[in-house]
Amino acid sequence: MARAVTTQHKTIATAAAWVVALLIFFPILYTIITSFKSEQEAIQGFNLIPSGTFESYSEVQQQSGYFKFFFNSVLLSVGSTVLALIVAIPAAWSMAFSPTKRTKDILMWMLSTKMMPAVAVLFPIYLIFRDSGLLDSRIGLTVMLMLINLPIVVWMLYTYFREIPGEILEAARMDGASLWNEIIYVLTPMAVPGIASTMLLNIILAWNEAFWTIRLTTTNAAPLTAFISSFSSPQGLFWAKLSAASTLAIAPILIMGWFSQKQLVRGLTFGAVK
Amino acid sequence: MKLRTLTLGLLSASALAFAAHAESITIATVNNGDMVRMQKLTDDFTKANPDIQLNWVTLEENVLRERVTTDIATKGGQYDVMTIGTYEVPIWAKQSWLLPLDKLGDDYDVKDIIPAIAGGLSVDGKLYAAPFYGESSFVMYRKDLMEKAGLKMPDAPTWDFIKQAADKMTDRANGVNGICLRGKAGWGENMAFLTAMSNSFGARWFDENWKPQFDQPEWKNTLQFYVDLMKADGPEGASSNGFNENLALFQQGKCGMWIDATVAASFVSDPKASQVADKVGYALAPDNGLGKRGNWLWAWSLAVPAGTQKADAAEKFVSWATSKHYAELVASKEGWANVPPGTRSSLYANPEYQKAAPFAKMTLDSINAADPTHPTVKPVPYVGVQFVAIPEFQGLGTTVGQLFSAALAGQSSVDDALKQAQDAATAAMTEGGYIK
Repeated sequence: MARAVTTQHKTIATAAAWVVALLIFFPILYTIITSFKSEQEAIQGFNLIPSGTFESYSEVQQQSGYFKFFFNSVLLSVGSTVLALIVAIPAAWSMAFSPTKRTKDILMWMLSTKMMPAVAVLFPIYLIFRDSGLLDSRIGLTVMLMLINLPIVVWMLYTYFREIPGEILEAARMDGASLWNEIIYVLTPMAVPGIASTMLLNIILAWNEAFWTIRLTTTNAAPLTAFISSFSSPQGLFWAKLSAASTLAIAPILIMGWFSQKQLVRGLTFGAVK
Repeated sequence: MKLRTLTLGLLSASALAFAAHAESITIATVNNGDMVRMQKLTDDFTKANPDIQLNWVTLEENVLRERVTTDIATKGGQYDVMTIGTYEVPIWAKQSWLLPLDKLGDDYDVKDIIPAIAGGLSVDGKLYAAPFYGESSFVMYRKDLMEKAGLKMPDAPTWDFIKQAADKMTDRANGVNGICLRGKAGWGENMAFLTAMSNSFGARWFDENWKPQFDQPEWKNTLQFYVDLMKADGPEGASSNGFNENLALFQQGKCGMWIDATVAASFVSDPKASQVADKVGYALAPDNGLGKRGNWLWAWSLAVPAGTQKADAAEKFVSWATSKHYAELVASKEGWANVPPGTRSSLYANPEYQKAAPFAKMTLDSINAADPTHPTVKPVPYVGVQFVAIPEFQGLGTTVGQLFSAALAGQSSVDDALKQAQDAATAAMTEGGYIK
């Protein structure tokens, strides 16, 4: 009897999980479906079965080459993530293993920079970029993306590092490991799941960042967010083309997320159960 | 081997020299059919000007507006040619952010630009942007439904006639709404329509001393008429309908009349997209006999920002894209119906264009019926038909648009919406230093 109830509970829980998952995924699914419709079909109201035309994809590719934008997206998201890790690992290490009175305040202050609306600093940043010749440059944007995601990276790494017993690092020190050896050979390998999930999340955040990537670029450094933005139109039909552009833009990150979901979930729930 | 190396070296050196000589200009533009077509036809320009390369940045309208404003205000120099509207031109020209276009070439024929459009793009008699595509608004109506209602649409209808026709054409059982109008909040959405409409009711945004006028009876008449008309004969959920939503409704045969941009004529009369393509008639925007009609005036135009280092090449491109030659180029490749409308008088005198675009005459008459320098019945201190050409208008226009959209949705009364609009406008004008 008890078994039957458990099975029933399990079924309900599974069904509920599927419903929630479907609800979350539905907008993406509908975007993909719409991308295979003609413009007339796309605006004619809710319909889950597209006619299966590829015309939007060919028009999108014809209108603006996808690969240039894709290349920039890869470069910016991977580049900014690597840079962020180089800065954040030592920072998180010092906060986790040699905290001071002010460590908590510093962490809060770092997080508080994320609470400010980006548009509030648009003009100062724009002027700095203009004067240093960084407008529309991949280097400038990589640094920018690194800076805006840095608080989250530091916070995540800090949480993971705190789970690692300080005694292991002490033991390494006793064996004569230098500070860098300690971080590179002892701490980093132990924190690989945490670092990996931080890296994945940061790549996703950088890939999807649409405020600065549109405002600080024109042609050379423009990533896929600028590519999507170019297909929205105030006059005329554009839903199918916009959906095709969006599908092309999210496909790489979606596939990457799919393959690394185990790592991502493991990393995100790391330290949640004690 | 040596010879080969030498040849290769010479070739790369000359390629480098050419690359160094070639100037590349960056053009910021919006994504609409005419602009996309222009990008496809640029070979014609680069063949004639091999030393100029073109880079395109296409952005959604609001993003483009914000993006080019940031760049031009900081003299960022990211763009050499900008696509801007009649709202920006007078404001930016006064700030010296734009270069006057005085080197468009001998065969450009500036006088051929439709006077109402040229007026909206000039400051102190100097042209600061060249129109690429111009539009007004007019009434599009279903000839079959009008006949069924036993009425005949005059060329220049009054608002009373529109109300009467809408009442008679409304057939809820068959999903036909007598009239479809913009309701979605935004200075370029419902406020474009309502501001133009208010002109024909004798209303104005501000008096000669910049005092807001929403507490005056003319605005009350405008908004009350609009809300009553839409409640009786408009589609469900009208407060979230903009241009694209109403276009879809009209194309599906769900609107008896639609008052909106003249550019919509080519969409509703396209048999591939519209179920009512052969049943559409056109008339001037309505009036109330006060001397002003409820139609607007807009032109997407190409301007050269003062921060550019490549002014000559940029102006050369502007001249090409807005020339008579370009119109002929489009006609030869894609037919006369696809030539960007609303900019040159010569296009409307062309019999081939008249044949290809049955709405041509009504479009020209509508454009000519708008006067951006004298938009209202009573005098005003601003220019602009469906907007007020001051920097504060984008924010204020959208705030007022939200209030009026709420009144249409029934969330507030007409009186409340007007009172709040008056308060918001007074606050914005005081803050801007227009009134003390």
